[in-house]
Parts: sequence; C-alpha cells; structure tokens
Amino acid sequence: MDASQALADLTEISSQIEAAVLFDVAGAVQGSTLTDADASAELVRTAGELLEAAAAFRSGETEVTQLEASTQDGSVFVVRDGGRGVVATTAPEPTVGLVFYDLKSCLRGAAEEPKPKRRRRTTKPPEETAS
Amino acid sequence: MKRKALALAGFATGLLAGTLFYRRSSARRRDRLDVYFADGSMVSFVEGSPEAERLLPLARQALAAARR
Repeated sequence: MDASQALADLTEISSQIEAAVLFDVAGAVQGSTLTDADASAELVRTAGELLEAAAAFRSGETEVTQLEASTQDGSVFVVRDGGRGVVATTAPEPTVGLVFYDLKSCLRGAAEEPKPKRRRRTTKPPEETAS
Repeated sequence: MKRKALALAGFATGLLAGTLFYRRSSARRRDRLDVYFADGSMVSFVEGSPEAERLLPLARQALAAARR
C-alpha cells in the first residue's frame, strides 16, 4: 500500500482526523491529506520539533514513539514507527486511544509492500489430435 | 403535606446535583501534552508547566498550518 492509499484509508475510517501527513525519518513529506504543500511541510517540521523537544524530557536511550498535544482549538498527534512517522490534527477532545490506533494502522499500511499483481495463466488448451 | 415537602426537597437536590455536574463537565479544560516513550512509559505535562509552555505553542502552530 502506498502513502496516499494509507492516508485515504485513514480519513475514511477516522472521522475525527482533520488532516494527516506521512513523513520519513529525514522529514520529507511522503503523503498528505492537505492540498497545500507548504502547510504539509510546516506540519512535518513542527512534528519533528515536537518529537525532538519531547525527547529531551527523558534522559537515556528510550525514544519518543508518540505524543499528543491537546489544546482548546484541537489536538495534534505524532506517531513514529521505524523510519516513518505520521502527524495528524483533530478537533478538540478527540477519542485519544482510537486516534492513536488509527494512526498506527496507517503507518503499518504505508509500510506494507504493494501486493504483486497475479499473473494470468496462459496455458494452452491441449491440442486436439485428429484421429 | 409531608410527602409533598419530601418530593420538593428531592427535586431541589436533583436540580443542584445536575447543575454541579454540568458546571464541572463544561468547565474549561486545561491544555496538556502527553508523551509516550518506547519503553512503555508516559509523561503528561499540563498547561503552566515549563515543558508544556515550550511545546504547546508548537502544537498551536501545527493546528494553524493544517487549517489555513
């Protein structure tokens, strides 16, 4: 499944998510529900800053896997898994567990290799033998 | 007469409880930040803490970017 398909599935199953952007470890946008490329890039940049700043709250090796910033205007979710991440915004007071679950599903979906198309068998029917 | 007074008192108590519940549930919720780590731990910072004051503006920026 590619990034755009994973995001399409995400917005279809989660009515709480207003916008979502998939990004890679380098911070490059891989897919977005937003039409404005600058807005997508800014969302990813902000997500990176949030992850980086949040990581500083803990000393040691453990890394931040997900975070939620809840404000009066809405919530921002960032989930990171392996080399990819997804940042999403919602309206105020979302169902937090459900949003995290949907975002993780989206990341898993985006990481899946596209299934190879099945080839049609082109076997010739047995030739009739003239008797 | 006594039954009427009891019914009135019950109604008043219910009304008071309902009002308190409504006021508490509609009270202003505080902004907060929940951070989850790979080892399964989680920390929460509420509005007013130095950590939240540092990160919540970034979240507001992200919301503004997504909605423009």
